[in-house]
Amino acid sequence: MSEEFVNIEVNGVPMKARKGENIIRATDREGVYVPRFCYHDKLPIAANCRMCLVEVEKAPKPLPACATPVAEGMKIYTHSVKAIGAQRSVMEFLLINHPLDCPICDQGGECELQDLAVGFGRDISRFVERKRSVKDKNLGPLVSTDMTRCIHCTRCVRFGQDIAGIQEIGATGRGENMEIGTFIEHSVDHELSGNIIDLCPVGALNSKPFRYRGRGWEMTQVPLISPHDGVGTQLYGHVLRGRLMRVVPRPCEEINETWIADRDRFSYEGVYGEDRLLAPQLRQPDGSWCEVEWDVALAAAAQGLAGVAREAPGVGLLAHPSSTLEELYLLARLAEGLGSANIDHRLRQRDFREQASDALAPSLGLPIADIDKLDALLVVGANLRHEVPILAHRVRKASLRGARISFINPVRFDYFFSVAHSVLSPPAQQVADLAAVLMAALDGAAAAAQLSGLLAGVVPTDEHRAIAAALMSGERRAIWLGALAARSSRYSELRALARALAAASGASYGELAEGGNAAGAYLAGAVPHRSAGGAVRAAAGRSARQMLEQTLAGYLLLNTEPWADAALPGALATLANARCVVAVSAYASEEMKRAAHILLPAGTFAETSGTYVNLEGRWQSQGGAARPLGVSRPAWKILRVLGNLLELPGFDYQSSEQVRDELKSRLEVARPPALHAAGTLQTAATDAVPDLPMYQIDPVLRRAAPLLRTRDGRATMQLYGGTA
Amino acid sequence: MSQVQGKAGLLSGHTREEIDHWMAKFPPGRQRSAVLSALRAVQEQNLGFLTPELMDAVAEYLRLPPIQVYEVASFYSMFETRPCGRHHVSVCTNISCMLRGGEDIQAHVERKLGIRAGQSTPDGRIFLKREEECLAACTGAPMMMVDHVYHEHLTPETVDQILDALE
Repeated sequence: MSEEFVNIEVNGVPMKARKGENIIRATDREGVYVPRFCYHDKLPIAANCRMCLVEVEKAPKPLPACATPVAEGMKIYTHSVKAIGAQRSVMEFLLINHPLDCPICDQGGECELQDLAVGFGRDISRFVERKRSVKDKNLGPLVSTDMTRCIHCTRCVRFGQDIAGIQEIGATGRGENMEIGTFIEHSVDHELSGNIIDLCPVGALNSKPFRYRGRGWEMTQVPLISPHDGVGTQLYGHVLRGRLMRVVPRPCEEINETWIADRDRFSYEGVYGEDRLLAPQLRQPDGSWCEVEWDVALAAAAQGLAGVAREAPGVGLLAHPSSTLEELYLLARLAEGLGSANIDHRLRQRDFREQASDALAPSLGLPIADIDKLDALLVVGANLRHEVPILAHRVRKASLRGARISFINPVRFDYFFSVAHSVLSPPAQQVADLAAVLMAALDGAAAAAQLSGLLAGVVPTDEHRAIAAALMSGERRAIWLGALAARSSRYSELRALARALAAASGASYGELAEGGNAAGAYLAGAVPHRSAGGAVRAAAGRSARQMLEQTLAGYLLLNTEPWADAALPGALATLANARCVVAVSAYASEEMKRAAHILLPAGTFAETSGTYVNLEGRWQSQGGAARPLGVSRPAWKILRVLGNLLELPGFDYQSSEQVRDELKSRLEVARPPALHAAGTLQTAATDAVPDLPMYQIDPVLRRAAPLLRTRDGRATMQLYGGTA
Repeated sequence: MSQVQGKAGLLSGHTREEIDHWMAKFPPGRQRSAVLSALRAVQEQNLGFLTPELMDAVAEYLRLPPIQVYEVASFYSMFETRPCGRHHVSVCTNISCMLRGGEDIQAHVERKLGIRAGQSTPDGRIFLKREEECLAACTGAPMMMVDHVYHEHLTPETVDQILDALE
């Protein structure tokens, strides 16, 4: 890497700057402070606030540091009389119309304008004219507006244009009458739109659910990990008196940059959903529910589980993939103790025929940060923006760089980037379409014998050939299987073909497994065919689908409401027929009370310490942020005590870190499973593939009221195709 | 001519020809540059003002987010985004015209039409624009512009003639 540097001098200190970069980049890197409003690292330059004016030697006027490229020998003064004078004048100008309502403004205490006014503002205003006032806009249920406070930095406008890819907000009118808004009233619907709350340097755009709830300085900031998708988005929870008040991004260049999805930001509202389970409950013989002490409930649970474990057809354990690694590992150990291999987290997967050829854990196949640099990507069966919003943003960045992005999907989803090739492929057609791409990529070479049945008689069209050609050219290429593929009843064929296509084209292969911890669930042994550490079980237990289609003697549910999570009709009836259902759950819905016999209140992701393994294999641990509601406890502690009561050996963990470290050491000695060479794949009948709305995928999101009021939140489940 | 579907169908054939003519002047992918000309053509088609539907139609035809069209339409004073009369009359009251009696002309027009600046006659015939900045015809002051046509050396009598001739 030969980067060209130029020599500049800032406040008399010589330093190097990259050729062509703007002054503010160089000063930021060197830790020299330059005030700014409109400049943002991730947004294009607008240079319209003028707050970053600095003095440059030989320049007749102060220059905006954000829009002035460095040049050899440039002498810059950021604190000279001229520079400070210019900055103070700009500040005075911005404050002409800004209201003096900091005491009732949610931004107060964490406001860039407030901070800079302290540094650069005058003590008194020289203006006696009336301030202008601007009507507030209704941008939907997530973002509140106080447009009189707007200083027209246009960060939110540029976010829409350049990050979201669809400009929903603009600057209408001009001069004194310029306003930021949508002009025609409509909500801002993009799944990353909440980020404009952070971008807004003043109190014009704020969080609507958080409005008037707390002050920045009273809250404690605690790092959290998003449990909603496999990205592992880093978050900060802001906690006031034990309650999670709001969630903001924790910048992490390798994962989420400075953005988070709306569901990461607002899912905390679901933590305090109306049907939160606050104390252990037992179902009485007459069907009524009665609150009991923890020891009573736990003893009943242990006794019940031990009882059904001895009965045919045994006990089944179901976990949501948004559970922590520690919870999943302890669940797997409990299953082992109960003598059951019926444990699964793959609630929405339909086809398990080829599970023996699963990798050690589902993986994206490349680091998240490398998505930006892809030259070609084929996505099969994924509603990308809904499944992994942050990755969809990275894919968009790649596309803007010129990457050729192709889709094989049952529906043409909206993407705000140019799609190179798109094959509209209902579920029954998907295997044939993928086979055709593989056929084109093989270009006459022989495929694995296993695939011969799928490739027989397949004739690629020009579109298939174009996708194959895109995948074979360029340096970095990838193929991803999304959740819609994983929910297909022909997932085995799709995966075998995708892997063969990756091998034939040299592209990396990745799976967008659902839930924040699907990779962790595999490592922890929360699957019926692998035990903790990834060792292959002698005999595979029942899959989630089997457990939800045929009633077992008893069930242990961890953080899941299978009737809603699995999108399988009849799941509730299957569970309700069991003799003993123990639920470790944060919520007690009506359905939960019909299915379960014993309810053990657990903390949500925000109330427990634990670890999440994201799709690039990164282990990220968090401490608990909020105090568990009522007498609920972190689920790992509940499972630990259940282990004690069942008199299982080695259940004496003192901390979640201890649980994690034990699993880690087991993984160090584990050997990766030998990939099972599958038999000849047969084409099966194709069931309809459910596309769950993006705010219906886990129990916390299903209760996040503000999200449910958005356009995506009001959407209903779609079913794509059926047997052709 | 491009294919027409959806809201773009609100644009008349003539308007679309006009927009296509302007689009052809810009490099491919820079169709945003044709927004001004497109809005002018559409405002003419709709006899004097733009509606949200028509702005959406322009957005769709030029494949732009609607907000980008709203931004332009609300920025320029020659576009009206609220219903108004079909003939646009604006009297210059900037310095040269003011010295030559522009304000009297303005007052005369208001009296004659029975409306104030920024209002339209009830029959929808004439829209008297809000203050107009200098239109660069100082040599002929006082002047006014009627539907993009300049009228100079105005007297109350010539103003009456011009306004009465409008249909």
